Amino acid sequence: MIAVKVDSVKKTFKAEKSVVTALQQINFDVSKGELFGLIGPDGAGKTTLFRILTTLMLADEGTASVDGFDVVRDYKEIRKRVGYMPGRFSLYQDLTVEENLSFFATLFNTSLEENYDLVKAIYQQIEPFKKRRAGALSGGMKQKLALSCALIHRPSVLFLDEPTTGVDAVSRKEFWELLRDLQKHQITIIVSTPYMDEASLCDRVALMQNGKIMEINSPKGITENFKKPLWAVRGENMYQLMQTLQASEVIDSCYPFGQYHHVTFTDAIPDSQVASELAKIAPVTEVKKIPATIEDCFMELMRQ
Amino acid sequence: MKQFLFFIQKEFYHLLRDKRTLFILFGMPVVQIVIFGFALTNEVKNSRIAILDQSKDEVTTSIIQQLEASQYFDIEKNLQSEADIEPAFREGKIKLVVVFPSQFQSTLLHTNSAPIQVIADATDPNVANTLTNYASAIILDYQNNIRGNQDFPYTIQTEMRMLYNPQMKGSYNFVPGVMAMVLMLVCAMMTSISIVREKEIGTMEVILVSPMVPLRVVIAKMVPYLLLSMINIGSILVLSVFALDVPIQGSLLLLVFECFLFTITSLALGLFISSVTNSQQTAMLISLMGMFLPTIMFSGFMFPVENMPLPLQIISNIVPAKWFYYIVKAVMIKGLGFFSIWKETLILAGMTTVLMLISIKKFKTRLE
Repeated sequence: MIAVKVDSVKKTFKAEKSVVTALQQINFDVSKGELFGLIGPDGAGKTTLFRILTTLMLADEGTASVDGFDVVRDYKEIRKRVGYMPGRFSLYQDLTVEENLSFFATLFNTSLEENYDLVKAIYQQIEPFKKRRAGALSGGMKQKLALSCALIHRPSVLFLDEPTTGVDAVSRKEFWELLRDLQKHQITIIVSTPYMDEASLCDRVALMQNGKIMEINSPKGITENFKKPLWAVRGENMYQLMQTLQASEVIDSCYPFGQYHHVTFTDAIPDSQVASELAKIAPVTEVKKIPATIEDCFMELMRQ
Repeated sequence: MKQFLFFIQKEFYHLLRDKRTLFILFGMPVVQIVIFGFALTNEVKNSRIAILDQSKDEVTTSIIQQLEASQYFDIEKNLQSEADIEPAFREGKIKLVVVFPSQFQSTLLHTNSAPIQVIADATDPNVANTLTNYASAIILDYQNNIRGNQDFPYTIQTEMRMLYNPQMKGSYNFVPGVMAMVLMLVCAMMTSISIVREKEIGTMEVILVSPMVPLRVVIAKMVPYLLLSMINIGSILVLSVFALDVPIQGSLLLLVFECFLFTITSLALGLFISSVTNSQQTAMLISLMGMFLPTIMFSGFMFPVENMPLPLQIISNIVPAKWFYYIVKAVMIKGLGFFSIWKETLILAGMTTVLMLISIKKFKTRLE
């Protein structure tokens, strides 16, 4: 069953004198209970897409439906059944954790007790601080509170706009575990993130760039589509190494990834000769073959 | 209903936890009344004057005594020659100089007429005008005294009576003005800011994506400010009655009702402002420039509307504060009943309804 359907949605904004295209020809479906990720850098159009789906904005062209309801015609129906967590922390900083929760529960005509089983896993982590004002919480705690508030009315579709941006690595990991947990309750989750490493935690992801979806697939499917052998290379002077490699015709691509550069070759070279091939171009200290990550695929797609 | 009450409770939390703003909201009317009542006043009292008495006779001495005795003048110094007049004004302290020519008494007795020169510092024309009027009134008074019982064939006597404000107190004028100002500030500015704040921090986005009619959340915002305003009205009235001796001549109930009506008008204005702005700063600027200034300028509280050119007089009609100011003056100072102010009340009610309808219609169910 399809929970969210987006059909050739287009959206432009009028800036001073120019027209900015935020979304062009977006198409995708999300089935019920799926954890769907929108992956892309800032400005890819993720937030605009979320706002169209949560009935906060109108698309210029195309149609979209959530839970079978049209986002324009039946916007009131949709507002009853979706949970939305905007990109920035949108709770009342001067209200306590408890007060924030009961406000959003009241907003949706329900109470914390009624849906306690759903938010229990998350709420238990912030419960010790329930008398604390939301403004005094840490970044990770704030996101957990916001998630509890978005879940309090047992939504059928949950929209999370960059929920882990600005959150530390441990809290991010915990947050994603919570999301996987929520899937058990048959809640469809659409989550956006600029972090490529989080893509592998989704059932399916859409890679977005400049208002377009470049590819939709399962994380595994996406990395399997990366056909060329990928090599991680290290050298003494990493910056110089990158410049030399990028200038070379033998090298197809070279991107910095932490302590290594990820390198592909223009023509296929037998694995055993790679180290010597590279040594011809620049001094390298370490070479190893690695499987492609989502980020490698994203960079590759961006080049095309 | 339970929901609505909860929203109101939430607004009270916001309001009560922002201690500084709360202090300003409660302190402002008190401070304004005290400042206007005791410090800012256009009544002229204890002005410093100088005397150039070249005659020094019985008549001049007694006129000088009467000048000194009045509460309007303090004699700062006695000048010796005409050459001292200019430097005396230049010092800036002296507002008025009274010059008696030599031989004043004998001239008066022999020719039945003698001149007194009154020179005023007219850098502030209103003060100069008032002071010269006071001085000539005192001199005229003296003249009537020395005339004694002599019968003149024809005399016209003017007898003046100051209705509603026999002591000509400025506070009768500004208490209604301060009320209009405070209500405008508290209601229009604070509601617009607090609604726009929800847009700014992003909570409006979340509220919109909920089954709740967002307008209900917004209306709940008005309740605490309505209550706060009524408390402010109370403190203004108590202060003006007990500290400034401005009595409430008319019905207190009617007065409170009219204040209530104007509060709703201001709240509607605040709602309207919030529906056309997206940032707290803009909301504040619009409230100050678009609401507060016209309230001061066009309500008649500082500048009489009758003296303005016709176009401005017409503009003043769309300022709600003008009507409220008129109503409060009528009820509080003149002691008039509802039948004398029903027209103004109706205008105010009409404005409120129109503002409410426009802002409800303009209230966006989406972000754009």
